[in-house]
Amino acid sequence: MKKLALSLTAVAFSISAATTHAGEVEVLHWWTSGGEAASINVLKGLMEEEGHTWKDFAVAGGAGESAMTVLKSRAISGNPPASAQIKGPTIQEWGDLGFLTNLDDVAKAGDWDVVLPQVVSNTMKHEGHYVAAPVNVHRVNWLWANPEVFRKSGASIPTTWKQFISEADKIKAAGFTPLAHGGQAWQDATLFEAIALEKGAKFYNSAFIGLSDDTLRSDEMIDVFRTFKKVRGYVDSGFSGRDWNIATSMVINGDAAMQIMGDWAKGEFTAAGKKAGIDYVCYPAPGTSEMFTFNIDSLAMFKVKGEDNQKAQQDLARLILEPEFQETFNLNKGSIPARLNMSREKFDTCAHSSMDSFLASSTTGNLLPSMAHGMAASSMVQGAIYDVVTNYFNDESMTPEVAVDKLARAVKASM
Amino acid sequence: MKTNAINSEPTNARAGRPARLSLADWMPKIVMAPTVIVTLVCMYGYMIWTAVLSMTNSRMLPSYDFVGLSQYERLFNNDRWIVALTNLGIFGGLFILICLVLGVILAIFLDQKIRSEGAIRTIYLYPMAISFIVTGTAWKWLLNPTNGFEKLMIDMGFTDFTFDWLVNPDKVVYCLVIAAVWQASGFVMALFLAGLRGVDGDLIKAAQLDGANTFTTYRRIILPSLKPVFFSAMVILSHIAIKSFDLVAALTNGGPGYSSDLPANFMYAHTFTRSQIGLGSASAMVMLGCVLAILVPYLYSELRGERNE
Amino acid sequence: MSNIQAIRRKTTAVERLLRVALYLVLISVAAIYLLPFIVMLITSLKDVEEIRTGTLLSLPSSLYFDSWSKAWSSACTGSTCDGISPFFLNSFQIVIPAVIISTILGAINGYVISMWKFRGSDLFFAALLIGCFIPFQVILLPMARTLGWLGIANTTTGLVFVHVVYGVAFTTLFFRNFYQSVPGELVKAARLDGAGFFTIFYRIILPISTPIIVVTVIWQFTQIWNDFLFGVAFSGFDTQPVTVALNNLVNTSFGGKEYNVDMAAAIMAALPTLIVYVLAGKYFVRGLTAGAVKG
Repeated sequence: MKKLALSLTAVAFSISAATTHAGEVEVLHWWTSGGEAASINVLKGLMEEEGHTWKDFAVAGGAGESAMTVLKSRAISGNPPASAQIKGPTIQEWGDLGFLTNLDDVAKAGDWDVVLPQVVSNTMKHEGHYVAAPVNVHRVNWLWANPEVFRKSGASIPTTWKQFISEADKIKAAGFTPLAHGGQAWQDATLFEAIALEKGAKFYNSAFIGLSDDTLRSDEMIDVFRTFKKVRGYVDSGFSGRDWNIATSMVINGDAAMQIMGDWAKGEFTAAGKKAGIDYVCYPAPGTSEMFTFNIDSLAMFKVKGEDNQKAQQDLARLILEPEFQETFNLNKGSIPARLNMSREKFDTCAHSSMDSFLASSTTGNLLPSMAHGMAASSMVQGAIYDVVTNYFNDESMTPEVAVDKLARAVKASM
Repeated sequence: MKTNAINSEPTNARAGRPARLSLADWMPKIVMAPTVIVTLVCMYGYMIWTAVLSMTNSRMLPSYDFVGLSQYERLFNNDRWIVALTNLGIFGGLFILICLVLGVILAIFLDQKIRSEGAIRTIYLYPMAISFIVTGTAWKWLLNPTNGFEKLMIDMGFTDFTFDWLVNPDKVVYCLVIAAVWQASGFVMALFLAGLRGVDGDLIKAAQLDGANTFTTYRRIILPSLKPVFFSAMVILSHIAIKSFDLVAALTNGGPGYSSDLPANFMYAHTFTRSQIGLGSASAMVMLGCVLAILVPYLYSELRGERNE
Repeated sequence: MSNIQAIRRKTTAVERLLRVALYLVLISVAAIYLLPFIVMLITSLKDVEEIRTGTLLSLPSSLYFDSWSKAWSSACTGSTCDGISPFFLNSFQIVIPAVIISTILGAINGYVISMWKFRGSDLFFAALLIGCFIPFQVILLPMARTLGWLGIANTTTGLVFVHVVYGVAFTTLFFRNFYQSVPGELVKAARLDGAGFFTIFYRIILPISTPIIVVTVIWQFTQIWNDFLFGVAFSGFDTQPVTVALNNLVNTSFGGKEYNVDMAAAIMAALPTLIVYVLAGKYFVRGLTAGAVKG
């Protein structure tokens, strides 16, 4: 049985190999929500057009927790997938361990150094060599709102966190849930990060990238925690354990007024057939209109055996950066293309605003890596911050002062 | 070890054959060999490996830079670990206690010549057949205040009814207990039922003739004779409690915050998501310590008890 | 206890009342046990709109079977949309060999430990018991390396291997406890008659082992079928067992969550073990009675 299957594949291979050098790529990812799955299908289609075989290895759950387990287990058994969805500093960690393959030839042919903004290309390189291909740039500090709910409750879109609270009171009084939120640590961290961002780029950098003890213990940080707890009061009681896209659907259905979430939320609006500016509106998170916290998704390429498979892997990297893929993928996913100078025609107003803000912030120093999404710190520090933030968010009795102390200690212990 | 050990016989049981050459004498060892090898490598070998890693600063993948016991120090300075360990105490204690009590009571009830006993027994037993990956979603709903029991009661007219344990950091661990008891108590019931059916009928008859009532008979004769079942059930239940992982992963994912974390989840998160293999290994060693604390006295009494027999 | 019943001849009114109460208790407890399953079942038969507007226990207004066919053959897990049916084959390919091998090993080990004791066999049994308790998360990384060495990483064979390795402690425990209650004279007599190790096993031990084989097979089948951790960590993209596929499916959602499809898929994934328990539950309890519980 197995032999038969093997020889059949061998025949299939020899036929296609004669023409296109077909190989196969196994892609490990956790893009399993509606918008995400639709986006990854685009890449799958392109690879199949080139004659390669796409082995889809989706591992859902826990913001990639299971997927990371699988990746480690695969790597340690000496059988890593050709490509895996890893990003930010994690790429460097895998690079340090010598697992990643060199993509410099593809990058050179595709002029990656020119078409990619520097902040993106830096993340994709390990010791000066490209090892990963970026699929998009997400803006994390967004506020998604249902204008219908706002109209019904006579509230307006808040532009500071102080105003957020007064508007949220109106919405609550009108019988809606002011803030749609889920019950996962990374969602708490996303909200926390958006509040901290109002204190400015300097504060943000010093706290989450510099990990300065003084900043982590500062009065400003205490104030951030205080606001954070107030905002907690505008979330419905059933949020525990809720997925982010279910929270998004609360905004879509008009049960909730707002959600603070990265622009992958737009993928859910799009998948539900909603139009930006009509059925829903997007604004920068309160008090952060000048800022841009980014989260870059990428596929890192692992060393694989077999010439055909290596070829397929290089083709995958090339296709990811091609304008065709960057456009379709990001239209589905809600993010903006990683490469510059693309046609904006098909993108909606939210994406346009994101693109403008991306360019503008990159010159003013307000372009910041997202802590909540593993772009700023190592997974150890990130985990330590998650623990404190999520514990504080859910513990009614903890004071901001205690939280700040815990934060500073946890960060120090994880360095 | 009553009469069934053959090796107490002289090895040359078959006349005329020198003991040393008998293949039959080697056979037991030969057939056990695969299990012995696999156990030594895949259980004890890996345990030792984990013990070694717990003394290194391994992060994303294992490395061998030794740092002494500092991972243990970090572990016990970690709030989340303390919460996880406390939860295990509360969860494990309540879970084992409730399962035992419920198991005994249900088994006694079911042993009263109940009509359609088979059907009822199957219903009590079925949760054991299903993984929490499957039932987790249903439980999440039932316990969720916005669409579970609470809403059901409010819809039925009890507008003041609140049941928000799942979202209350102080109460969420009891949600774990509820779901875990639901899953395992039927199995414990089956163990006790089996035990009850095995109690010597003559003893009971004698007690009844002595004028003991039903209650006294149970208390004096039947329950004491179920002692071995209690032990087995304890071991199985503590095994389930310490290994509980799916339960938390499916029901609360450790939340709200990390208030419902259990050691197995802590270990998994730190080893695989947070690239802290050293710390994760240290937590695993502490878990193993807990296991030994329960198991060694049990094994001691078990093996010693046999010798005395 | 049948004996108690036999002795108690008179049925007074109080006793009759107690009996009614007993049935009431038993039935209401049964209802509570059934609740989560009932919620899953009725949810799987509602359409999405009805789930959103109705309550947990409200019955579906009309039976809606589309979610079942969708869960079986067209729901999406990640970017493939074949439902969970392809993964059933994977699960069976893992479960069947793993159950058979671990049961055979357990039977032989139990036979040796209780009837052919050799120096160190008791100690080994204790060591094996402790082995039952190691948290499985601990072994993921070293096992991954071992599987790589053996060349069976991410294959069905690899998963069978893992399940056998970590199942054999329990199966040995079951058989050992069962054989402990078999009279040793039986074996001793056979041995004096010149019967060898395997002859005694086949002719004497195996024929009386049916109850404990049933218990072991049911236990192993459930454990391995329901496994998620090993399945997710050691499977390849084409060898994922059904629990992993289910988890992917439940976490894949287009727009709103299709709870009905999730629930239908969950029930399907649980069906094989449920059937085993319903059909063989009687033998399970009987097998436990036959000696497995004698710690």
